[in-house]
Amino acid sequence: MTRFSAFALVKNALTGQKGWEAQWPDSQPKQEYDVVIVGAGGHGLGAAYYLAKEHGITNVAVVEKGWLGGGNTGRNTTIIRSNYLYDESARLYDHALDLWEGLSQELNYNVMFSRRGVLMLAHNVHDVQSFQRHVHANRLNGVDNKWLTPWEAKQFCPILNIDQDARYPVLGAALQRRAGTARHDAVAWGYARGAAARGVDIIQNCPVTAIRRDASGRVAGVETGRGFIRAKKVAVSAAGHTSVVMDSAGVRLPLESFPLQALVSEPVKPCMPCVVMSNAVHAYMSQSDKGELVIGSGTDQYTSYSQRGGLPLIEHTLAAICEIFPTVTRMRMLRKWGGTVDVTPDRSAILGKTPVPGLYVNCGWGTGGFKATPGAAHVLAWTVAKDEPHPINAPFTLERFTSGRLIDEAAAAAVAH
Amino acid sequence: MLLIHCPYCDETLPEAEFAYAGEAHVSRAAVPSEVTDEVWRDFLFYRSNVRGPHYERWRHVYGCGRFFNAVRDTVSDRFLTTYEAGAPKPALTDLEGQK
Repeated sequence: MTRFSAFALVKNALTGQKGWEAQWPDSQPKQEYDVVIVGAGGHGLGAAYYLAKEHGITNVAVVEKGWLGGGNTGRNTTIIRSNYLYDESARLYDHALDLWEGLSQELNYNVMFSRRGVLMLAHNVHDVQSFQRHVHANRLNGVDNKWLTPWEAKQFCPILNIDQDARYPVLGAALQRRAGTARHDAVAWGYARGAAARGVDIIQNCPVTAIRRDASGRVAGVETGRGFIRAKKVAVSAAGHTSVVMDSAGVRLPLESFPLQALVSEPVKPCMPCVVMSNAVHAYMSQSDKGELVIGSGTDQYTSYSQRGGLPLIEHTLAAICEIFPTVTRMRMLRKWGGTVDVTPDRSAILGKTPVPGLYVNCGWGTGGFKATPGAAHVLAWTVAKDEPHPINAPFTLERFTSGRLIDEAAAAAVAH
Repeated sequence: MLLIHCPYCDETLPEAEFAYAGEAHVSRAAVPSEVTDEVWRDFLFYRSNVRGPHYERWRHVYGCGRFFNAVRDTVSDRFLTTYEAGAPKPALTDLEGQK
């Protein structure tokens, strides 16, 4: 693997850009691995990277039914923040944010992490009380989050409409300055490159059809479109399809898969310096480095694996965006797409061991998995390597749905997020 | 946009008139105090989340306001049938023929 550096750039510029190699090989499946990870998104590839780098486990395969980073990793709106209410969530997402800050250096790959700040708008008294509670809880947990008046919010994001007669009046906003965005594809590519350089096989176009268990009940391997792959341990990180894959191992999960849509506008000159989210109307917007306005919404109301959603939701989201940012009303939208997100009843992830020995799961990230990518990958690798959860993901068990000890971010935010 | 047939109004109407109401045929225990934590967990939190024909509830909120059941393929989002609440669960084998 060639290291990217200013020297390498100059050298290749002078030699006709012919010195660049493929960043990772197109691996073919071997018969047996120590660890097989199902799903080559950011979480799965990152877990393979940390397994190889921090735990010395390099006989690892990441098996993907489509192409690398082609699921929710390549379909989200790239927002990164950690201002969650509960202690458990704050620790997990802040761990991810800590890793985000050094990720480009760590991977020698520019993931374009930008700490441009995330502004969450309060439109009614309930929002104000709820967000102020979040701000206080975050400060107790060492997570930065600040309450802004409408005028301060407008100074931070000048295209915001703070007219008190607006359809969605802004009564204040919570600002996490350390939050921001990153380039989603680069995250998957950077982890893939780092993992492949340490000996991990990344196998694309290889759907996992079933997880096999031996007579003792332990995991034996995975059945794939390219034959059986034996494995000592299997970690499933398959987002919307997790419950289908886990069902084949006899493990039921409290997940439902919903379509989540996003869309981008035509590219325009820089007009938006931060990310703005509105939980009450469930719309959010930021501007990519290419100049497109990236707009996200809530999930469609019905479960689906179709990776597409309905237009009524897009209409609702854009109506809200036009009220909040009147300057964008005449912009044209270029593309819209959908992903399949796996949502848990308490809107917190399930990350840890399962009742099946040797089988681990990382799922239930719902509509907000991208921001957790490095943190989830890091603690999933720890859990797989040591066969016990890291203290950070220890509360995110499957058992919490039996014991009732939920991490109820659903109640905290009143929406999936 | 989904087009949904309300079995009460006997009309096929846009999705915007309806509200999704989760998986159908999930029944609460007859004597709630006598079942285990696992049964409660299954009732409250576990759903089939099938990739394929899915039994689900809808409510015609901007119409008759009544709940009804539907079978929808979660891969194509095509409705196989809709039927009145309380009616027996139609067998999948009967529905496949109507595709």
